[in-house]
Amino acid sequence: MPVILATDLIVYFLAAAIVYFAFSVMGEGIAARAWAGIRTNRLALVCMAVLFVYFSIALLDSVRYRDRVFDDSGRHALTEKGEAIYSPQALSLLDRALSDLRTNTEKSYSAPFARYLFTKESVELPNGEAVRDYPAMKHPGAHWLGTDKVGNDVLFSAIKGVRTAIVIGAGTTLIMVPFAIFFGVIAGYYGGLIDDIVQYIYTTLASIPGVLLIVAFMLLFGTSGYQGGLISQSQISLSFFVLNERLFWLALILGITSWTDLCRLIRGETLKLRELEYVQASRAFGVSKPGIIARHIVPNVMHLVLITFVLQFSGLVLAEAILSYIGIGVGPQMGSWGNMINTARLELSRDPIVWWNLFAAFVFMFSLVLPANIFGDAVRDALDPRLRTGKGWH
Amino acid sequence: MTPILKVNNLKTYFKTSSGLAKAVDGVSFEIPKGGTFALVGESGSGKSITALSIIQLVPEPAGYIAGGEVILNGTDIVPLDERKKREIRGNKISMIFQEPMTSLNPVFTIGDQVMEAIVLHQDKSRTEAKRAAIEMLDKVQLPDPERLFNEYPHRLSGGQRQRVMIAMALACKPDLLIADEPTTALDVTIQEEILKLIREMKAQTGTAILLITHNMALVYQNADVVGVMYAGKLVEVAPGKALFRNPMHPYTVKLLRSIPGHEKRGKALDTIAGTVPPATSYPKGCHFAGRCPREMEGCAMIEPPLTEWAPGHQAACHLYDAAFMSQPHSRPLRQEPDILPPLTVPPAEREALLEVKGLKTWYPIKKGVLKRTVGFVKAVDGIDIDVKKGSTLALVGESGCGKTTAGKSILQLIRPTAGEIVFKGRDLSSLKERELKSHRSLLQIIFQDPYSSLNPRLTVRETIEEGLKAVRPGMKREERIEKVASVMERVGLSPEMMARYPHEFSGGQRQRIGIARALAVDPEFIVCDEAVSALDVSVQAQILNLLKSIQRDFGLSFLFITHDLSVVEYIADEVAVMYAGKIVERAPTAEIFSNPKNDYTKKLLSAVPRIDERLVSGWRLPGHDILKQD
Amino acid sequence: MLSYIIRRILYAIPIIIGVNVLTALLFFYVNKPDDMARKILGEKNVTPAAIENWKRDHGYNLPSFVNTEEEGVKRVTETIFFQKSVPLLWFDFGRSDRNNIDIGREIKTRMWPSLAISLPMFTAGLVINLFLAMMLAYYRATYIDIWGVVLAVVLMSVSTLFYIIGGQYILGKILRLFPISGYDTGLHAAKFLVLPVIIGIIASIGVGVRFYRTVFLEEINKDHIRTARAKGLTEGRVLFKHALKNAMIPVLTNVVVSIPFLFYGSLIMETFFAIPGLGNFTIDAIQSQDFAIVRSMVYLGSILYIIGLILTDISYTLVDPRVRFE
Repeated sequence: MPVILATDLIVYFLAAAIVYFAFSVMGEGIAARAWAGIRTNRLALVCMAVLFVYFSIALLDSVRYRDRVFDDSGRHALTEKGEAIYSPQALSLLDRALSDLRTNTEKSYSAPFARYLFTKESVELPNGEAVRDYPAMKHPGAHWLGTDKVGNDVLFSAIKGVRTAIVIGAGTTLIMVPFAIFFGVIAGYYGGLIDDIVQYIYTTLASIPGVLLIVAFMLLFGTSGYQGGLISQSQISLSFFVLNERLFWLALILGITSWTDLCRLIRGETLKLRELEYVQASRAFGVSKPGIIARHIVPNVMHLVLITFVLQFSGLVLAEAILSYIGIGVGPQMGSWGNMINTARLELSRDPIVWWNLFAAFVFMFSLVLPANIFGDAVRDALDPRLRTGKGWH
Repeated sequence: MTPILKVNNLKTYFKTSSGLAKAVDGVSFEIPKGGTFALVGESGSGKSITALSIIQLVPEPAGYIAGGEVILNGTDIVPLDERKKREIRGNKISMIFQEPMTSLNPVFTIGDQVMEAIVLHQDKSRTEAKRAAIEMLDKVQLPDPERLFNEYPHRLSGGQRQRVMIAMALACKPDLLIADEPTTALDVTIQEEILKLIREMKAQTGTAILLITHNMALVYQNADVVGVMYAGKLVEVAPGKALFRNPMHPYTVKLLRSIPGHEKRGKALDTIAGTVPPATSYPKGCHFAGRCPREMEGCAMIEPPLTEWAPGHQAACHLYDAAFMSQPHSRPLRQEPDILPPLTVPPAEREALLEVKGLKTWYPIKKGVLKRTVGFVKAVDGIDIDVKKGSTLALVGESGCGKTTAGKSILQLIRPTAGEIVFKGRDLSSLKERELKSHRSLLQIIFQDPYSSLNPRLTVRETIEEGLKAVRPGMKREERIEKVASVMERVGLSPEMMARYPHEFSGGQRQRIGIARALAVDPEFIVCDEAVSALDVSVQAQILNLLKSIQRDFGLSFLFITHDLSVVEYIADEVAVMYAGKIVERAPTAEIFSNPKNDYTKKLLSAVPRIDERLVSGWRLPGHDILKQD
Repeated sequence: MLSYIIRRILYAIPIIIGVNVLTALLFFYVNKPDDMARKILGEKNVTPAAIENWKRDHGYNLPSFVNTEEEGVKRVTETIFFQKSVPLLWFDFGRSDRNNIDIGREIKTRMWPSLAISLPMFTAGLVINLFLAMMLAYYRATYIDIWGVVLAVVLMSVSTLFYIIGGQYILGKILRLFPISGYDTGLHAAKFLVLPVIIGIIASIGVGVRFYRTVFLEEINKDHIRTARAKGLTEGRVLFKHALKNAMIPVLTNVVVSIPFLFYGSLIMETFFAIPGLGNFTIDAIQSQDFAIVRSMVYLGSILYIIGLILTDISYTLVDPRVRFE
């Protein structure tokens, strides 16, 4: 039985967008221009590959279904009415592919590649005597990044954080882009009262400290949503869809707090475009305002959208960690690097210290954010030569 | 006498993504003390880079001086270290630039900026430097220099800012002043004042001047010696008068013959086939070879040296080289006729197609806390004009006089405040947007900037089609494509280029696309808003020829908005001179140029630099006499 | 000039009202006082009577926006919105939901520790960032610049959390240079502030240097810089005199844009370093779900931001003569 979370739709949409861009690099649009700038930049290509790997993990972790429950006799269990019973656990393709990592848990902490647990316990020797020693692990050497307090594999937790990061980093912008374009363009093109209203809305929103708006919103909406882990029947609508999902609310509110910058940019660009001669020519033909907006304005602000998209990505990934750290991010059941850092903080004060949780979160985050930053710069340079630095000839 | 400046085989290259661009590719000339040398050429010829190379300010790290010498007072300054170069800059050599509006630092006062060079290069205290600066401001004839000293640049007009630039440049009494298109961004009346100032300052200080410009008439009036640059090379160097009396290089001849003017009325302007080769891939021989009407075999392979063929008159062309001509390989590849074909438009009809009565377009000025309207900018303040069927009315005036607003108001792109615009008996200004729609196709517009006039995201077909879709929604796709193809052919573009995007075209081709876009909807009246002003003169000639021929073929009426009076003389039937929102004089073209009545018109016309029209008949391609015998 | 400033302040009024209404909608309409009471009292042992009691005690026993039971002006005034939100306009923050503390007084005492940490972090950070950015711009297109930018990108790719945790661990725990966290009154606070300030600055270098470098480079490519060079000025003078003063204009905007970010940054800084400032106060309120405090802080933050915007506009007139005289 498939289960689709609201944020899964974001990931699917993102996948569709990537496929679309991959095909449209042959054309003349922004994808082609961006690609022309990137293809000669080897570093940017490497970064693109890394980002692609991360995205693939997120995609695998966004296709999920519930298995049927077996009864004692090993057959599919049925309700009294004869309906199939499904497990409340919706495992993704990623969970299934990494089922060894997921299920090979230990009792508690163990260091990377360790064969014995990290803390001494009373161990019963074969002769029945009990001594305090490091107990042997169930899966010695199998945990490349060690295990956490409850014995879960740290590498697996870190991988599970990928989807959250991608959803927040990319999904947030996806959610807000339509609003930013719509309001920015109509404010810039129609001017007058519409412009005043749009400007009023975004100035008001921008003046509220983003993080507190997020806090307020999450306190109000986020608490009842699906937070990872088991799904209760009441959270599922249409028999397979989960709208009320904490991660989705988080992406939504991050979108609400971050659309104003893009909207302002688009408005400014529209003001410029409106006076351009090809728009005037179009008006001289009597083309309607919506027609002009669709043909001449929107396609010519899309580069701003793409630039914002790639440049905001890394900032949002970093923000997610901080929000989860404060306790208003994704729920504790949802894989998240912020959650890992949060628990790791106390582990550092142990003696000897437990460093691998923090290390794993650091490595995974850094190797997503750094390529994202470099790739973002490359895209911006390709699309907005004004910002390119070394001034050449003509 | 040793020259102040001697440039010897100067080469300045740029590293670009498409290879090494040889912006300046072996240029040699010299300027004597107190002389004026004009470097003239079309955009991309390398004249500005030559100037920057002389003052040692080539934009690094992409550009660098690859070879040659810049000898100032006997010393080659290219190998000097940066400290020594700085002592020369602003002191021995100074420079003024094209854009006075952006060339001054907005956050420092005029006085501060003028003083800076004085304090730097001369051993003067700040009070002495201040006195010297105020003196310089006075010398460049700025009003109230004491007050101006503490003023910020944004309070000054373009002309005044250029005066400040000149004051700054001449403050240290340099040996050489480089003026890079010093008046291109200015109105023609201001241009005359600035050039006069430069001439006077030269007379006072004895500074040699390197004048860089694209304007041939300006060169004619201001230069002692002229160097014509083409594609990184000097193709001809001659004393000013000699060059205009007897141009030798085919490029110079073609360039001169493409300049519009009243002598050429009724004839097509000369044009140059093809486009300038990119600086990354010049031919081995003569850079002009591929476009030359007199190209011979071998021209593209063997480089013609700049040789003195007459006293002081140098040209780089094999046509004058008897030794080359007698070589077996040098057979003519092309022999273009020397005469310009006639291009006449039938006389206009008597009835007016468009009548504008009392047109006013005002913009409110809002001030104060509550943004109340305290007054109006009267951009267009009651003008009356009429355009006869099949004729061209030129609306001329300087920047800010309201001519563009007037054009857009007539087309209802800006809704006028008052007045009637009667087109074929209907007042357009009284029509609602929906009623206007049926008239839109009859009134079209062609713009100035070939770059911003086309949407970079649309193919040529989509651009031209847009009007058809809007005006004739019932038209079938095939019919539309057929129509697009036919107008493209009409404006001289191959219909095969339909699927291409604007960036694949040159400026001139883009302008053709803009014309095709307007033509596609079968208009009767076209506003040409500075339609040829942004183009190089040889491209401008092609577009003017095209405009005239479509006028002839379709019986179109033009409202030609421009500041360029030589274009007006060439193309217009009638002229309306606009000043501060009003029309100050209106008359047939010949009459207004021969006998202007209004004071402003007189001032405007006398400020336009002109080449003596008697010289025009002497501009003939080399070898024309041989051709005649064939 | 004066009329310009007055106009800017008048423009702020509808925005302040907008923020007020928006927060009221969010806190009183979307989130009903009943839910609030249930959360505060705990999900389990809630009786309708207990909720009513709590609402009466905390002044939430009124309709949200319109009181239909009252007549005249009281229809509007006898509402939660008027009682709770409107007083914010004159900075009457009321009392907290949980411990009934005076929020206004709390803000007054707690803003000093916040300022003690954010002010040095902000000013020293700005100076260091500007200086480094100018160095990179001076050495533009050399290896110093290229590697400097690479380093900046690497630095900005690390989460602030790692800087804090790493800094506390290395500087505080291993090297024992500074106390890891805590606060003291008066000048004794200084020793507790050094560590967070250093960490805060390091965390800001990546983003800051990169941004200011772009600003400088944009200025360096302007026409008037070419004029300055043509005068024979040294590259240093071109950069530090001509480019810098122009660059101050975009820098100013960014400085003010940073004000809400300061607020944001000190949120985690203060919890990590146990500094009893507003950030800490807010975090505590978030964790105990005290909506009155969160609402007050949202409102206060907006006011600070709006003041920042007005100050930017005024500061423009000091740097940019084109604005000064219009």
